[in-house]
Amino acid sequence: MTARSIAMTIDQVAVRFGGLVAISDMSFEVGEGEIVSLIGPNGAGKTTAFNVMTGFLTPSAGRVAYRNTALAGLKPHEIADLGLIRTFQRTSVFPNDTVYDNLLIGLHRQGRVRLLDAILSLPGARASERKLRQRAGELLEWVGLERRAHDAAGSLSYGEQRLVGVALALAAEPSMLLLDEPVSGMNASETHRFVELIRGIRDRGITILLVEHDMPMVMTVSDRIVVLNYGRIIAEGTPEVIRNDPAVIEAYLGHGAGRA
Amino acid sequence: MRAAVTILAVAALASVPLWLRDPYLLNALITTGIFVIGAMSLNLLLGFTGQLSLGHIAFFGIGAYVSALTSLGFDIGLPGGFRLVHTPWPPILGFVLAILIAGLCGYFVGLLSFRVRGAYFVIVTISFAEVVRLVALNWVELTQGPLALTNIPFIALPLPGLGELTLRTKMQNYYLVLVVALIAYLLIARLVHSHFGRSMRGLMENETLAVSVGIDVTRTLTIAAVISAAIAGAAGSLYAHYIRIIDPEVFAFINTVTMVIMVISGGKGSLAGPVVGGLIFGLLPVALRPVMAPEAQWIAYGGVLIAILFVLPRGIVPSLAQRLTRRRSGTTALAPVTLTETGAKEPA
Repeated sequence: MTARSIAMTIDQVAVRFGGLVAISDMSFEVGEGEIVSLIGPNGAGKTTAFNVMTGFLTPSAGRVAYRNTALAGLKPHEIADLGLIRTFQRTSVFPNDTVYDNLLIGLHRQGRVRLLDAILSLPGARASERKLRQRAGELLEWVGLERRAHDAAGSLSYGEQRLVGVALALAAEPSMLLLDEPVSGMNASETHRFVELIRGIRDRGITILLVEHDMPMVMTVSDRIVVLNYGRIIAEGTPEVIRNDPAVIEAYLGHGAGRA
Repeated sequence: MRAAVTILAVAALASVPLWLRDPYLLNALITTGIFVIGAMSLNLLLGFTGQLSLGHIAFFGIGAYVSALTSLGFDIGLPGGFRLVHTPWPPILGFVLAILIAGLCGYFVGLLSFRVRGAYFVIVTISFAEVVRLVALNWVELTQGPLALTNIPFIALPLPGLGELTLRTKMQNYYLVLVVALIAYLLIARLVHSHFGRSMRGLMENETLAVSVGIDVTRTLTIAAVISAAIAGAAGSLYAHYIRIIDPEVFAFINTVTMVIMVISGGKGSLAGPVVGGLIFGLLPVALRPVMAPEAQWIAYGGVLIAILFVLPRGIVPSLAQRLTRRRSGTTALAPVTLTETGAKEPA
């Protein structure tokens, strides 16, 4: 890896639920502008790690820092204010609102106006509202959902809902994006388009941490891969290194799957 | 189209005292209007944040008592031999104080109970209303307890240069209630369509996701509770100065239930819902009075509510609106939206 500055540091993080150890001792770093994937079998602790990094879960030990700010004690919405935005595996949309309104909700961080200004409909509030609507339109176009703008988000196909989820996260203007299994439920061509989208996001200078099961997709898109098993990191490196790592093949990909 | 309906509805409501001479009916309309304001405030919480406040009448009652006591004055003993004496102030100040103090109570209830949402919020609000009722019942020195506060003055509007206009007649009070209701309606409409309204909706639909894009749950819900309580307090103040006698029974649970019925039947989460539901259930007693005993009327309300929700499950206004759009989109397919259209769209 080159001399990139560090975006996120995960330092000796452990998470225990009673006697169950979800993460035992996890340390790794994500550089600015990098695409890092976190992989591992089901139950390896990937989503738990995400929850710790975004304040939805307090770690039993260890620390997480983003751009030199320790995240301990911060609420999820405060972490979002640092520019650290995540997506979710299952609940990725506001189902009863249109796709367009979903994005307007997602633009929360851009649209803060004083409540009184909004109630009195002062020019400042109206201008901010216009800006938000324009931005929502741009985001729709970026993820390719213009045609679905006025459909209820809950009525979209599963793959499209994942896209809305990503657009929502982008609306929050992340400097780092954490994607939790974004291509599950997508077909091959949708996945292919999604890989392009992720690269496009990175090209805008947004750091990406990805949790994903789709191995070909992970191998294509990642700069670096971190492999978790039973709450421990068992390997870390470029896709090429991971593909040939015997421990990974043994624990995760299974025998003879090294050519995946 | 929607604006036209609103203006027509307001014009129709404004014209009522001009052709309706029956004081009994006008009285029913005024009290209904006051309860509609209460129902609108309840809808702000129930319909737009999803939190059911089953003690909502507490804010209404607090508004009523604050306003009445401000305009009547009081003289009470405090611990340590002190006395707190308040000389009567103009009722209009009571109205303002009712809004502020009810809003403050909304702040504390919100702060306390939004840490524990859902069923817990329901319990906290019920308990709050019951505690306030017991205080009103037992702090006889301040509230006269069950003997009620009587002779509450009419609201008087200060007119610059002209002195005061005391609102004595039913017609004057009708217009007062109508104006306050309109302001409350517009305030809620602006709020709901603003950035803040979208935060509320986001929290109601998917709290985890809303939090992840930076929406502050506690702040959003507390602000909604404050505004909702303040509007309920305003309604309570109107009630006190119109009825001119209040006793602890204003805190009765059945009054909250009435508001909830108004909101649910009209359609929670729709701006016009509580108005429509409120008019139906506010005026139903008037319609049923000649034919039914009061006890039997409650059964009839239940029947009407069930009938409404059976035919229009989401409440009158949302269900009808849905049918209307479905019929329209059946003939003309929705055109795909282009970027220029969405970009140029004016805020609602």
